[in-house]
Parts: sequence; C-alpha cells; structure tokens
Amino acid sequence: MRLAPVHGLRPRMVVVFLLVAALSSLITAALTFHQARSSILDRTQKGAVNDLRLQVDSLVPNLPSDPTDADLRVFARQLDLASGSRGWHTAVSRAGGPLIGTASDVSGSLRAAVKSGSSTFYERVAGPGEPRLIIGMPVNHTDLGATAEKRSGLVVYAVVSLDREQADVSALITAAWAGAVPALVLAVLPALFAARRVLRPVGRLRAAAEKITRGDLDTRLDVNGSDELAALTNTFNTMAARLQHDDAELRRMEANARRFASDVSHELRTPLAAMVAVTDALDDDARTGGLPPDTADAVRLISDETRKLVVMVEDLMEISRFDAGAATLQRDEVSLHTLIHKTLQLRGWPAPDKVITELPAHDARIRIDSRRIDIVLANLIGNALKHGAAPVTVRATVGQEAVVITVADRGPGIPDQVLPHVFDRFYKADAARSRSEGSGLGLAIARENVRLHDGSLTAANLPEGGAVFTIVLPHRPAKEGEA
Amino acid sequence: MSRVLLIEDDPAVRRGVVLGLSRNGHETEAVGTGESGLEALAAFKPDLVLLDLMLPGMSGLEVCSRIRATSRLPIVILSARTDDVDVVIGLEAGADDYVVKPASVALIEARMRAVLRRVAPSPSDTGADAGRVTVGDLDIDRSALIVRKRGAELALAPSELKLLLFLSAAPERTFSRQQLLEDIWEHSYYGDVRLVDACVMRLRAKIEEDSRHPVYVQTVRGFGYRFGPLPA
Repeated sequence: MRLAPVHGLRPRMVVVFLLVAALSSLITAALTFHQARSSILDRTQKGAVNDLRLQVDSLVPNLPSDPTDADLRVFARQLDLASGSRGWHTAVSRAGGPLIGTASDVSGSLRAAVKSGSSTFYERVAGPGEPRLIIGMPVNHTDLGATAEKRSGLVVYAVVSLDREQADVSALITAAWAGAVPALVLAVLPALFAARRVLRPVGRLRAAAEKITRGDLDTRLDVNGSDELAALTNTFNTMAARLQHDDAELRRMEANARRFASDVSHELRTPLAAMVAVTDALDDDARTGGLPPDTADAVRLISDETRKLVVMVEDLMEISRFDAGAATLQRDEVSLHTLIHKTLQLRGWPAPDKVITELPAHDARIRIDSRRIDIVLANLIGNALKHGAAPVTVRATVGQEAVVITVADRGPGIPDQVLPHVFDRFYKADAARSRSEGSGLGLAIARENVRLHDGSLTAANLPEGGAVFTIVLPHRPAKEGEA
Repeated sequence: MSRVLLIEDDPAVRRGVVLGLSRNGHETEAVGTGESGLEALAAFKPDLVLLDLMLPGMSGLEVCSRIRATSRLPIVILSARTDDVDVVIGLEAGADDYVVKPASVALIEARMRAVLRRVAPSPSDTGADAGRVTVGDLDIDRSALIVRKRGAELALAPSELKLLLFLSAAPERTFSRQQLLEDIWEHSYYGDVRLVDACVMRLRAKIEEDSRHPVYVQTVRGFGYRFGPLPA
C-alpha cells in the first residue's frame, strides 16, 4: 500500500518539522545512550577486574606451588564465595587445560588471547541467555621471599552477570523514548506556528493574485520585513505595477486606434458629402450618352465607387459609435410581423420567391429598436441571398423570455474554419474574394446591434446543409393593463 | 421647382449640393454662415431652407430658432452627425426634417418634396377632409390650411400642421410612430422616430393648454399617438 502524498504546505511543513525533531532526538538519544552504556559497562568492567585481582592476589598465596586439581577447585570455590555483590562464577585453568570450577562458556578466542600474554583480557557476551562479562586473568605466582613474579601457568576465568547493567541501559532507552515522544508532540506546536508564519504571507499573495486575475490591477501588498517572502511580495508588487502600466498603455493605444478610425471617418464624410451630391448628375450624363464612351465609363466608375465609399464610411462610423459606447437604443413597441415584413418590403425581397417567412400565428408586440433590428435582419437576409441560395427562410418564435429569429439559407454553408470568424471585422473568408461584397463590417455591426439589446447573434451550419444565423432577443411579454 | 436657400460652411459640399439641385431645376442660393443666411431670407425669399448645424459664428440651432420665431418656412437640417443630440435639439427648435451627410441629391430632394407637400395623405378615404372642423378650442380649416385657437391663428410649421391635420382627420384612432413617419415625413418605416416625438412636442406647445397633460394629441403608451378624445 502506498502512502497518499501529502498535499498542502501546512501538513508538509508539519511533517518535515516532525521528521527533523524525530531525527534530532533520535541522534541525541542514540549518542547519549551509547556514551552512557559504555561508561556503565566500563565502570562495571574495571570494578570487576579490580575486585577479581584483589581476591586472586589474596588467595593465591594459599595455593601450593604445584597445586592439584582439587586445590584449584577449592581455589575457585573460595573465589566464588568472595565474589560479594558481583556474584561471579570462577574457574581455573592450568596451562590451557580444562576449566576447573563453576564458570563455563569461555570462548576459545579469549583463552587463546590470555595464553599468549600475561595481562588480563575480557569479553562481553550478549547472549544467548543473560548478558555477561567474561574475564580471563593469568595468575602471577609470587614465591615466598622472592620479589620476582613468575608465571604460574594458571589462569582464572570469571563470568560476571551484567543483568543489572542491562537493566540500567534499558532504563536509559525507556527514558529516551519517554523524552522523545513528548518532544515530538511538542514539536507540532512550533511547526504549526512556523507554518502559519510562512503561510500567512503566502495566503495574502494568493488573495492579491486572485484580485489581479479578476482585473483589480491596482492591487498592491504591504512589504513586512526583509526575508524571502518580503522579496517575493516586492516582486509581486513590481509585477502588478508593470501589468497595470501595460494594461493602461494597451487601453490607451486601443482607444487611440478607435478614435483614429472615428476621426478618419468623420473627416472623410465632408468630401464624400460633396462628391455624393453630384454622383446623380454624373450618372445622368453617363446614361444620356452626352459623354465620350471612355469618359462615361470613368464617370460611372467614380460614381459607383463613391457610393461604396459612403457605405464603408457609414459602417466605420457606426462601429466607432459602438466602440465608443455612444450607440443608444431607441426602443419602441412594434409588431413582430410588421417588423419582418417591412424589412423584406423595403429591400424588395418578395416572399415566397426569395424569402419564406414562418411567423407565429399570433403576432407579438416586442420592445426593440426597430431601426437596429431592421439593419440586422437586412444584413443577414442579404448575406443569405448573396452567399447562400434562395429561398431564404426567416423563422420567428416567441417564448416566455425571448424572441428567436433565425435566418437560414440553402447554400453550401459556412466552411468550418471560417465559422468562428464570421463576426470579425474585415474578415475575408477568401483572400481572393472581391471587395464589392460590402464594407466587411456588416456582420460585426449586426452582432453589436443585437448585443445592444442584451441579445445574442450566432452562426451555425444546418445538418442538412446551409447556414443559419440565430438572433435571440430578451422578451418580456406585456402583461394585461401594462401600457 | 423650388427656391432653396442652402446654409453650409463647407465650400465643397456647398458647391456639390448647389450643382446637384440646380441641375434638377431648383433655384438655389448658397451662403456660408448663419448671419448671411438670415440676411438672404428677406432678399431671396426661399421656399425652403437647407441648414447645416455646424456653422462658424452663429450656430445652426440658433439660425433655426431665429427663422422659426418669424416664419413657417420649411427647414431641413443637413447633419454631419447622426446620433448627435444636436439633431434632436434642432428638431425641437422647429426644423421639419433632417438629412444625414453624405446624402445624394436624390435623397435631399425627396426630403424637400415631402416637407413642401402641403397636405399629408389622409388616413381615411372618406373624403371628408375638406371643410372646417371645430374641436374644443381648436378650429381646423382643412382647405385653407389654417388652425385657430380661440379665434387666433396659430403659426404652425409645415410638419406640425401636417401632423395635426393627419391625426385630426381620424379622431381617436391610434397611429404608431413608424406609421406617422411613413405617412407624414415619407420616411421609411425604420426612420428616426425622434422626428415624430419632437414634432408632437412642438405641436403640443402651440395647441395644448398644458403640454404635460395634453388633450388634443394624446400619447398611447407603447403604441403611438391619437387625436382626442377630449375629456367631457
């Protein structure tokens, strides 16, 4: 089973803090334990060796110079009796011979070590059974009256139980545990405190970043202290300031571009007003044949293009008004039937040859800016007739909350890659498409007009082929008695 | 053919409009400022004034008010700005209609014709238009095109007179603003309905006792306007 990864800074910091606390208390405990254990054992060891030496030295003189096994057994028993509180068991070996006495389990390595030298050796045996200290002590035979010591070839082995020392060491381990657990529990508190110290600025940064995301670019944070978090806060403030500056700059540039478009179209209007006033005169002369054919053609060209220019400038001005937020709604209550029929009638689109209308049987009165919706409908139906194929179907339905008008054609539909861009300004589906299609702003203006009504205008393709544009206008059916 | 006084400061537009109108047989006088326009009124005696709103010196609105103070001369505003409140103010100051530049001479002529047409088509075909009708304090003489209030003749601008004649010919019948635009101003159904509202406002100021509580030209909210009925 895998442990679930820890999420969140706070639990992670607490875990790390606990790990560090546990590790340090473990190391401290281990070192302390090790030191205490060796000093306990050393003391015991030295004490035992000294005691043994004393007893051996005091008893050796009683031994005959060439003791028998029975003498040695008596010697070992005497040593056992003199063990006092240490409770050792001793045995004597002569010249590496078998052990005589109560001690057993003396390892060969210890015996070999003692045999090779003249000093005392000892080893600690942990198990099996109780822990014990085994001492091997060569007996230096001192002849009466002689000062020089002579090796007797006798070795005294003593086995000392280390039970008490083991108990002391166990008590140390218990004490270490007893200290570590509350230390770990207590470590949670500074861990939580530290986490809080770190996380509070992080939380503030996060809240500030969220505010910036929502568009409050003037969000700044107070910088406290001079740690890394303060540096981060500083960086954050710099970033926010930069963002705000860039945002303002972009807005200014966009506003300038829009104002420029608006100014240009305004400036173009006056010369166009003069030119358009005479296009009718030009057309007359070109038509009546008073001009040379070349001149007549040139005149017709100028006249036609002037009129197109007027449409383009008008559209540009209209979109500028939307951009400037200067477009206003002149709502009026009109009949849905009249609205659609008037649009068709004004543009000379006869039903049902070119346009089929499917209107609700009961006429509805809707509150709209009829001039703007007429522009939208005329644009959509005009496009459908131009790019799709007749007849175009205009369908209107009136719901509880919205009036939905769809304009569908039976043409090839809108290519998928074009569909997302149909409402873009000056978007040309086909780079080679002729300019005579219009200003390139028609659908953009249509969408703005619908948006001004808090409605939506969308484009899609019908499964059976053909494009469909859907106008959704919020509608609140007039209640009885409400004027 | 009409005598047209064009008050327009831009020389190119002035030349273009004069050229276009003159070719169609109108006698056109063009001036560049409001002051000279007012002077030309007496000398030229135009049938109609085409008035640009953006003029150096005296503004077009001022010129409009000055002309209305003394005459019922048809005034058509030539506006360079569509959504501008200036147009509404101009209409409220007494202009009968407006054309947004750039406009073809054909369109300007159509507006002029509509304004100059002395009588609007009647809403009903009863033929009972001719003759005098008295409604409350108002005395409407359809053939002489004179409206009197308690015997005193009212100076109604052409559009005001036409609106009153049109509405009063079918008392208590409600007309939508779009319908009035089509019938009186000969605009399209989708024209600027502010024309109607401004005209109704001016008309009420002249014929009603209290413009805020009109009895002759009443508002039917959500539908349009109607003539009467007078409160008993």
